[in-house]
Amino acid sequence: MKIGVCLKQVPATDSPIKVKDAVSGVDLAAVKMVINPYDEFALEEALKLKDAGIATQVIVYTVGPADADARLKDAVARGADILVRIDDPGLAAADSLGFAKALAAAAKADGVGLILAGKQAVDTDNAQVPAMIAELLGWAQATECDKLEVAGGGFKAWVAAGGGTRDVLQGSLPAVISTDKGINSPRSPNIKGVMASKKAPVAVKDLAALGLSAGDVAAKVSLKAWGAPPPRPAGRILQGAPAQVAKELVGLLRSEAKVI
Amino acid sequence: MESEPLSLDELRATVRAFVAEEIDPHAEAWEEAQLFPAHTLFKKLGDRGLLGVGRDPRWGGLGLDFRYTVVMAEELGRCKTAAVAMAIGVQTDMCTPALANFGSDELREKYLVPAIAGDLVGCIGVSEPEAGSDVASIRTTAVKDGDDYVINGGKLWITNGIQADFMVCLANTETGPGVNPHNNKSLIVVPMNSPGVERAKKLHKLGMWASDTAQIFFDNVRVPQSHLIGVEGAGFLLQMLQFQDERLWGAANVVGSLDQLIADTIEQTRLRMAFGKPILHNQVVHHRLAELCTEIEALRALIWRTTEQLCAERRAGEVQASEQVVRLASMCKLKAGRLSREVADACLQYWGGMGFMWESPVARMFRDGRLVSIGGGADEVMLNIISKIDGTLPGRKEELQLLAKALGYEINKKKS
Repeated sequence: MKIGVCLKQVPATDSPIKVKDAVSGVDLAAVKMVINPYDEFALEEALKLKDAGIATQVIVYTVGPADADARLKDAVARGADILVRIDDPGLAAADSLGFAKALAAAAKADGVGLILAGKQAVDTDNAQVPAMIAELLGWAQATECDKLEVAGGGFKAWVAAGGGTRDVLQGSLPAVISTDKGINSPRSPNIKGVMASKKAPVAVKDLAALGLSAGDVAAKVSLKAWGAPPPRPAGRILQGAPAQVAKELVGLLRSEAKVI
Repeated sequence: MESEPLSLDELRATVRAFVAEEIDPHAEAWEEAQLFPAHTLFKKLGDRGLLGVGRDPRWGGLGLDFRYTVVMAEELGRCKTAAVAMAIGVQTDMCTPALANFGSDELREKYLVPAIAGDLVGCIGVSEPEAGSDVASIRTTAVKDGDDYVINGGKLWITNGIQADFMVCLANTETGPGVNPHNNKSLIVVPMNSPGVERAKKLHKLGMWASDTAQIFFDNVRVPQSHLIGVEGAGFLLQMLQFQDERLWGAANVVGSLDQLIADTIEQTRLRMAFGKPILHNQVVHHRLAELCTEIEALRALIWRTTEQLCAERRAGEVQASEQVVRLASMCKLKAGRLSREVADACLQYWGGMGFMWESPVARMFRDGRLVSIGGGADEVMLNIISKIDGTLPGRKEELQLLAKALGYEINKKKS
């Protein structure tokens, strides 16, 4: 089985982000770009399935300009087999649905049996593309998965169900699974892989090659303006008996701050 | 010009990430235990491709020139336990070079390939109780018997000795009166699970605590003669051939550790207050640190000058380093030893009471760095090598000059 991994390059989370102005958006000139951390989990899960003999090939897809090749090469250095970059002027102003259409078409053309992607990208945080791909292809899906088993043409996925609980979803392949933190620890590139990655070819496909037109991926959502987020509000101090406050704090950390 | 297969910075970043992920989080525990899990760590290094940076890809290496080895040594120097950096250096650049360059294919398959993959841990057996830097004086013997060598004797201060799977052992294969100590020795690969190998004890040392340093005894240890590296009698020469690499590795490793120590000291003295201001704000402190940084950069420049020349000679097909490289590499090693002591001592002073605490990084460097002037050829040996090459070592040449002078002649008179 071939596994497709959707990989997006995003600004490193420790990079200072500045909005140039309301029209042109974020100034990315001096920003370090990295693989979206949630996509690293997806890639690692695919590589683990390949190590286990369940996958035969890991194909990595990205949408973007040539500077995204460095991120694709990073994926090869870790063990991915084939790199595909979808690049077309028609995608310049696309929204999540447009990207999902392009990615779905590319994966379908390659005959992949499972698509893995991060649950969301840490730049725009839309968390839409994986579910859209599944819907477009008519495949099963499981989102925010933090444990995955794939065997016998099916999958079992442990997914966040809110409030610290998890659902266990079972389904058949083909499927789209989006990965959450905790599912694995992404491997670092092997130095031989880094050397080999320099010569790894990147297949660049435009919309026509995927049987799509600019109209197919035209944005349905229009962007009105860019702006910096409001300043962080002041912290809250919980008052009360220690046992009660601790309980409340855990609840807030889980449901509001979503850090546990 | 064709782009390099890997940039120095890419290797640097990979090693730095490895240190941060796999060594530093365990440094305190390994120092405390006076042991690190060599097999587990080396396997991880092997998986990342980091145990054969300079080795032929045929045996699983990366086939990169010595500049990359220097970069890796420097980055490993930054780790929180110099002992582990040293143990890795022993595996990559001290116990395997002769095996890689002169071993038979059978030996390379059996020991070099798994050493590069991280499946086997190696050690180098040269030093003995009465032969440290004076390599020619070793007493361990390997006597032919049937198809085997029978090895007797012992080795001391053997890094990785407790955990090693094999030792590249220097032994006298010819003994007796009149034997030239420079061509009676051979390098032989000894499996450490052979009957008669006794790992006598793990030694209690001043520093390098996380390193398992052992005393080893050989009591009629039988090793197949096919385990000989190169030809019989070439052991001393083979050992000498790799000393330049070892010394440069050691010096580069020191530069990394000193960079880190200076960075730690700047942070510490910026936080530590005395008389109402950070210690760092005293001119005597930041000036002294600036001076030490200058010394470190000078050493780094010397290391890179030597490395570039060594690489140029190797590109030209030279197996043996030129006298000029030997001279410069000895200077690198000498300066690294001296500077380790100077920087650690100066920094420790500024750490104050905290620096006197056993577990502080500066105290560790103070202890660990002391080895640099002793191991791998003591400072005095380096001075002798430099003097010999510079023609100032009292010896035959000087005796002849004195004799000639007494007789009214002048040797080496410059032509006018």
